[in-house]
Amino acid sequence: MGIETGTVMLSIIGPEVVLVLAALGIMMTDLFVKSDSEQPFLMWIGFVGMLGALAVSASFWGKEAAYGFYGMVVADNFSAFFTTLFLIAGGLTLLMSSGYVRAQGIAAGEYYTLTLFATTGMVLMAQSTDLIMLFLGLEVLSVSLYVLAGMAQDSTRSAESSLKYFMLGAFSTGFLLYGIALLYGACGSTRLADIGSVLAQKQILREPMLLAGMGLLLTGFGFKIAMAPFHRWAPDVYEGAPTPITGFMSVGVKAAAFAALLRVFAGSLAALSPHWKELLWIGSVLTMTIGNVAALRQTNIKRMLAYSSIAHAGYILIGVVAGGSAGTGAVLYYLLVYTLMNIGAFAVVITIEQKGEKNLNLSAYAGIGSRHLALGAAMAVFMFSLAGIPPFSGFMGKFYIFSAAVKEGYIGLTIIAVLNSLVSVYYYLRVTVMMFMQEPESGAEEAAVFFHPALAGVLLIAIFFTVQMGLFPSSYLQFAQDSIKMFL
Amino acid sequence: MNEGYIPILFMLALATAFCVVVVILSRLVGKRQDSSEKLMAYECGNIPTGNARQRFPIKFYIIAMLFIVFDIEAMFLYPWAVIYKSLKLFGLIEMVLFVGILLIGFIYIWKKGALEWGSRNI
Repeated sequence: MGIETGTVMLSIIGPEVVLVLAALGIMMTDLFVKSDSEQPFLMWIGFVGMLGALAVSASFWGKEAAYGFYGMVVADNFSAFFTTLFLIAGGLTLLMSSGYVRAQGIAAGEYYTLTLFATTGMVLMAQSTDLIMLFLGLEVLSVSLYVLAGMAQDSTRSAESSLKYFMLGAFSTGFLLYGIALLYGACGSTRLADIGSVLAQKQILREPMLLAGMGLLLTGFGFKIAMAPFHRWAPDVYEGAPTPITGFMSVGVKAAAFAALLRVFAGSLAALSPHWKELLWIGSVLTMTIGNVAALRQTNIKRMLAYSSIAHAGYILIGVVAGGSAGTGAVLYYLLVYTLMNIGAFAVVITIEQKGEKNLNLSAYAGIGSRHLALGAAMAVFMFSLAGIPPFSGFMGKFYIFSAAVKEGYIGLTIIAVLNSLVSVYYYLRVTVMMFMQEPESGAEEAAVFFHPALAGVLLIAIFFTVQMGLFPSSYLQFAQDSIKMFL
Repeated sequence: MNEGYIPILFMLALATAFCVVVVILSRLVGKRQDSSEKLMAYECGNIPTGNARQRFPIKFYIIAMLFIVFDIEAMFLYPWAVIYKSLKLFGLIEMVLFVGILLIGFIYIWKKGALEWGSRNI
């Protein structure tokens, strides 16, 4: 009995290999380098690893889909798009962590290693063409993040965040696995392409086992993208985790889960779309309404951004519901836009945060705009963009999503979304108003600003793309459109 | 289509019924004589000492976790060894990679002091 070994194709998981090698390199360097001043060096190993993975993934762009590991993983335009997105998120997270990690006394070696492992999991999720591989990627991602959320060892909130994320994450993984098992039972395969072709014969479309499997999968993914009613973990976890990790989670995990959601639902479960589109319609309305209304009442900036990230998941779901070339393309474009503007907003939060979770309250932002004009202006750009005010990229993202929904006839959903984004303007602008038009309470000490060159670099990159993608969106939209040809 | 499962259903019903009947019968028929020896916790014939709910060092958990990791590694070696011949060189390379990565993890925990039982901080 010989086993076919010719189809492994290690090059397909090239980005993952590079990331893992860099992570192992950081681990080993951390062991043998004792002096504290070498810590930025660890970050740069990780950053170079990210760049290397980006180069490998870029080489997949525009080619025929190539399969590896007996058809378990694929390198196509879709995976190349998401890999690029994850590496942007991961690279910027590394840059904005380097000062923060030292200031907060976090173990740098573990921190960077786990960030790289989490990114590896995301890339694997975007590349997988089999539910088992998808699960593996999700676990690599989640287990790394459970630990990362608790990295600030002095803080009880960080421990709480880690424990909550772990408990609920493990629970939701159970849902996902059960869904995979039922789908396997109904279709006889865990391979996405096989599931798609079984469903295309339309003989089992009404089978309860299939529908239950679909619902459980949706629950599992819904948890990861913080879709209501599975969103309750997000504010607590986001508030307690180290701030760069919160930024990373809010964009990276969300994008990875959306990549998997699109591959599974828009790809192989397309025959069931009447069912899941109805569920996602409800999920989308709940998610954006709960996110926006709850964000109005928050006084802690990280909690506010957590609810804002829930609301944005709701907007993105509209694009998934609308589907088609316009809708799916808008989802990808929005994820790219959201990654850059949200990382930027978190970079500003890191700049203002002090050790011991100080200055996370909105009142600490009073008057910062007049004392540090550039910082205030940067935050204003990100807040305007998140609120969807032109000419920034957040506006174009919403515009494409809403116009795709209108085109597909989801008028009601679009009206709810527009009303929601009006509500969101209040809490985004409140931050800006705080920074520029209010003075700190008398007696309160002036918030010192934490400056670090890498952090300034992150802010510049984020501002540049937030403005540029808003003013000249067409090439980025084309990039997104080219990535989804296989669904159409 | 599901006929093959009917024996399992019978087995399930039979097993449940047997347990229920035996427990109820022993309640009804048997005599109850509670003595202090009978109410004692059963520890393989030893006389129990102290409460079972004791606190013990958290280091046990670290050792237990590390044990599980390397235990599972050994478990992966078994199926690999069974089909080693048909995997040829490919199987060898794959396993060297797998064990190599675990070895790096092993060096890491060793150097970090996770295997020390003494006073070193972990």
